[in-house]
Amino acid sequence: MSHYYSSSVREPLITGSKSYHDITEDIAKNTEGTPGLKWIIALGISGFVALIGVLCIAWTIWKGIGVWGLNKTVGWAWDITNFVWWIGIGHAGTLISAILFLFRQKWRTGVNRAAEAMTIFAVICAGLFPLIHMGRIWDAMFIFPYPNSRGILWPNFISPLLWDVFAISTYFTVSLLFWYTGLLPDIATLRDRSKGMRRWIYDRLSFGWTGTAKQWQRFEDLSLVLAGLATPLVLSVHSIVSFDFATSVIPGWHTTIFPPYFVAGAIFSGFAMVLTLMLIARVIMGLEDYITIAHIESMNKVILLTGSIVGVAYITELVIAFYSGNIYEMYAFKNRALGPYWWSYWGMMSCNVIAPQFFWFRPLRRSIVVTFILSIFINIGMWFERFVIIVTSLHRDYIPSSWSYYSPTWVEVGIYVGTMGIFMTLFLIFCRTLPVVAIAEVKAILKTSGDQYMNEFAKVDEADYKVREQILAGGGSNVAGVAHDKDDE
Amino acid sequence: MKHKYLLGLFDDEEILLTATEKIRSAGYQMHEIYTPFPVHGLDKAMGLQDSRLHTFGFICGATGTLFALSMMSLIAAVDWPIIVGGKQFLAFPAYVPITFEVTVLFASIGMTVAMYLRCGFSVFTDTEVVDLRATDDRFVMAFCEKRYSEADDQNKIVDLLKQHGAVEIKERGLDNEIQPNLFVMDEDDHGHDHGHGHH
Repeated sequence: MSHYYSSSVREPLITGSKSYHDITEDIAKNTEGTPGLKWIIALGISGFVALIGVLCIAWTIWKGIGVWGLNKTVGWAWDITNFVWWIGIGHAGTLISAILFLFRQKWRTGVNRAAEAMTIFAVICAGLFPLIHMGRIWDAMFIFPYPNSRGILWPNFISPLLWDVFAISTYFTVSLLFWYTGLLPDIATLRDRSKGMRRWIYDRLSFGWTGTAKQWQRFEDLSLVLAGLATPLVLSVHSIVSFDFATSVIPGWHTTIFPPYFVAGAIFSGFAMVLTLMLIARVIMGLEDYITIAHIESMNKVILLTGSIVGVAYITELVIAFYSGNIYEMYAFKNRALGPYWWSYWGMMSCNVIAPQFFWFRPLRRSIVVTFILSIFINIGMWFERFVIIVTSLHRDYIPSSWSYYSPTWVEVGIYVGTMGIFMTLFLIFCRTLPVVAIAEVKAILKTSGDQYMNEFAKVDEADYKVREQILAGGGSNVAGVAHDKDDE
Repeated sequence: MKHKYLLGLFDDEEILLTATEKIRSAGYQMHEIYTPFPVHGLDKAMGLQDSRLHTFGFICGATGTLFALSMMSLIAAVDWPIIVGGKQFLAFPAYVPITFEVTVLFASIGMTVAMYLRCGFSVFTDTEVVDLRATDDRFVMAFCEKRYSEADDQNKIVDLLKQHGAVEIKERGLDNEIQPNLFVMDEDDHGHDHGHGHH
């Protein structure tokens, strides 16, 4: 009998009695053969949308920031809203692949690859906004400290905006290294299944991975340390993003609750995005046996937790604003709920605070339709949250004569929609060229979480339970002996 | 076809682990084992030395910490002091975020580059695969025939492989030599005649 065991209380994470070869086939087949018509149409649409974004970005750079709806009072609007929203979406990938790795959560293996890919694509989209928002993108290298001919002009190291430069670029680099190194064994699997030109390309991409014991030893060592580094990193990234606001003295921004509140919100929105896309992908790509209802339920539990933290943070902010006795702070919050942007505040409240509460109920948590609808609500709600924080706090400053109402122009809308196109284009290409589920990692949990093995564990548990009942009814042997028997199996 | 290897293919990682221990305790050191996914305890079972990658990662991280702190201090307090909001030039608390990010960046890049170099990874060479199923559902144990050149040894290895559950046994010539590994008890591995026990 196998030395593997996991409690039958847990749900199987791989269904359909898969063998190792089945796992390879099921996941690799999505990258092989001619792409289907659905995929081509989807790629065409997202490529077209991405093109709109690129044109709007080009127009912004050509004409200047004046083509946006910004004014003297509202100097940050959709650009930074979108930046924070995209960065937040990326956080789910790192949470799944790093934090859940350290917590030894086996369900992460079904979704970590796709979530990490989303992290990278989301950070690419996010990174565009600070760059184009500078106005003079050709001077973007000024933000990096390097010996230069500008009279050795250095950046200001005590500015949170510079911390952000370091945080985002480190986050992107580490996520990319973690994701790609994790991909090596799976690319080698694709390489060994293909021939000719295809094999040649995958051979280049696999860096010569062959799966020797030494390679795996180093791979595991690297994964553990990168996970250990990425865990505080992901918390630091959104904390630093929140410092962009929290270290200022603008009412509505100047709050100490921002770092944990932003991190929870980021994970909340990231999981929503992972669910939105993976609920579709698992059906189209035939991955229902690897991304099961159990995976969806686990992700919904994370959404419920982080959504509730976000809800508590909103209420704390509100209470503290009035408890502080600071009239500017009080006004900022009254203005959020009842001012001209009331619709965004209540949109945020209903999408982020009320919507996830449905996940207290198990049938709803396990319903694909409910999960899909709520995940879209959360995506919208988290965009509203950033809009509320940024625009509503800015549009009425200390001098009522400069109060204004901000509306975006078509260029800003085009850039935002365009980044969604860029994200989807990259994601669709990823789906067709690389394994969407981590093949090697799923194989490694098969014997503890595959349904055929778990049925056997259930029999062991059942027998164990009967022995325990006998003992409780007055049998002779001791309980410790029973536990010991199970360890031997 | 210069380098010849004797390959034993397994279809289950638990059988492989037991076989590895048993074959080593019979005095034969396998040259390499290829697996489609990480098998926990396999490196210990085949006698591999521990990876030192994490130590290198720590050194890189510490370098990053020192680099970030010293650069920011020198730049902001010595090279070009600028008054920003009346803050002091040497503002250590405000250096913490960047120091942390640079530490993580250095450690991650350093470790990843070290791993790729040590594993001999390259995009320019064509990979020679011992068995195409080694990245799918087979666990391949390779013995170097140069080391076990006598027919007697080879027969014994084949017998041991059969006895401990190999589903397929074959011989393969490779153009490239398999990268040598560092084993814990390298001095004991020169011949099977010691017959040392593996505990």
